[in-house]
Amino acid sequence: MRALTWQGTHNVRVDTVPDPQIVNPRDAIIAVSSTAICGSDLHLYDGVIPGMMPGDILGHEFMGEVVETGPDSSLMKGQRVVVPFGISCGKCFFCSHHEYSACSNSNPVDKQDLSAALYGHAMSGLFGYSHLTGGYSGGQAEYVRVPFSDVGPIVVPDGLEDDQVLFLSDILPTGWMAAKNADIEPDDTVAVWGCGPVGLFAIQAALVMGAARVIAIDHWPHRLELARQLGADIINFRESNVLEALMEMSGGLGIDAVIDAVGMEAHGFAIENLFDIAKQKLSYGADRATALREALLAVRRCGKVSIPGVYGGMADKFPLGAVMQKGLQVRTGQTHVQAFMGELLEKIEDGTLDTTFLISHRLPLEEAPRGYRSFHDNQNEWTKVVLKTGMNSLH
Amino acid sequence: MQTENEVSRRPRNVTALFVALAFTVGAAGAAGITAFRRNKQRQRQGDDAPGYTARRNFRQYEVSGRTVTIARPREELYAFWRDFENLPKFMENVEKVRRTGPNDRAIWTIKAPGRTTVDVETEIVREEAGHFMAWRSLPGSDIDTEGRVAFEDAPGQRGTRVTALIAYKPPGGKLGKVIARMLQREPEVQARHDLKRFKMLMETGEIATSARRRDEAGDADSTRRHVQPEEA
Repeated sequence: MRALTWQGTHNVRVDTVPDPQIVNPRDAIIAVSSTAICGSDLHLYDGVIPGMMPGDILGHEFMGEVVETGPDSSLMKGQRVVVPFGISCGKCFFCSHHEYSACSNSNPVDKQDLSAALYGHAMSGLFGYSHLTGGYSGGQAEYVRVPFSDVGPIVVPDGLEDDQVLFLSDILPTGWMAAKNADIEPDDTVAVWGCGPVGLFAIQAALVMGAARVIAIDHWPHRLELARQLGADIINFRESNVLEALMEMSGGLGIDAVIDAVGMEAHGFAIENLFDIAKQKLSYGADRATALREALLAVRRCGKVSIPGVYGGMADKFPLGAVMQKGLQVRTGQTHVQAFMGELLEKIEDGTLDTTFLISHRLPLEEAPRGYRSFHDNQNEWTKVVLKTGMNSLH
Repeated sequence: MQTENEVSRRPRNVTALFVALAFTVGAAGAAGITAFRRNKQRQRQGDDAPGYTARRNFRQYEVSGRTVTIARPREELYAFWRDFENLPKFMENVEKVRRTGPNDRAIWTIKAPGRTTVDVETEIVREEAGHFMAWRSLPGSDIDTEGRVAFEDAPGQRGTRVTALIAYKPPGGKLGKVIARMLQREPEVQARHDLKRFKMLMETGEIATSARRRDEAGDADSTRRHVQPEEA
């Protein structure tokens, strides 16, 4: 099959590799129709996440048709499914509490030690996201082996286009959980840092949940414009003093709920040279490091803090005093995708949620390397890249 | 007390083989766990931590222990483990276990360096059905080891806490040297990994692997070298 493989920093290519097979009883094989490049894939592209090996297949946002099933899979050949980015067994303590992204059993045992050493407990398995999270082959390929296929994939009706449902795999539930974690109430003023796909979906979710006002913060004009079209007010941090503006826009009370959809993924999963990487990123990624601190200062006393942005290492100069003295609630975590997929599919079907507005580019899988390069170099216009296996290459 | 303890509690340079042996084998005497229990009692005067987490030694025996919580009924887990022929399904270094006759004796075939194997014969020395079993290697074995595993109900609906405890005396002689040279990982790492695989198998019916094809399963990651990313 053809698959997008990681070869090194800023070096990805489409290769021919052996097709996947059913390995475990609950597996299924999916023939991918659409798959997206995630903002977090850029950190693999940048080479800042350890545990990558040349030849690893990337991609954790994908959907397609079931073409083969193991004896214990509940799926049937021919079904059209969207697959969550996280792999969950459905049976462990966490899965039974619908905390799917904390699954105990999806990261292979020999891959668990590094993240356990860093966090006290091992991470769960993820598709296409380094050997720290299992070394699973990802979805930017013609076929994918999907473990625990009776738990993760959701069957989608034929009446919905791929582009409408693809983001159920990651960014739509991630934005939704971000708003849920902010406990949004009807009169709330909500501020969202970062108008990437997750930030935009968090804005949309906050509005659906009844927030009185949502304020979006970014510096890319096109991304801010998308936020405005969703119904948010916008602040360009290159043009305005964010803290002062937020205080004024909330009538001096402070923001009720803040959502950091920026994160510092570049610190992510760094086990070796943790402090060096952290320092390095703080110096060149100062805007990004600033987002969470700014959110913690902007939120009102006894306010709510939600962090969907990915952090992996240790934060320097974290305003813990603000958290304690203002009595803040802080909630975060990898998304429990399986817990939200059904509810969100209904909201797509009834038109409550739009998912296609942020797609800026559709490319054949064969052109994935160009997609990575452009998404990386031109964030203003390349907001979301969807790769199609059935599309003919124009180049 | 310190002076009689020549070997540190935590195995330093011993291997997976040892652990597997420990799980499987048993040897000459019960001195290891006896020493462990004696120390555990002393430890208890200080705090409530499990004895095997103590910062102290157990005479010449290496002792390691691990607990895992498994969301399955205690009786089911006990019965699966009690059938020793099941153990190779989740113990990485145990190739097979074959019953040999009276007193629940069994021969464990353990993977050894250079694609060879070592056979160790064990017997069950104590058990309480549904709760506890202990085994040890028979006298004359190359490695003096014993193990026990206990199953207790976890609070509420959480299933069962499974605690495995392994004690062994590092072997001398030619075999000891071979093993010491080959062993890279601490036995308690192997014990932890084996218990996690046991949990996976009992909770999910399978053991997670990221292998894309069946012929990669098992050694999917030993065939490629990990590459560290370049600094950005």
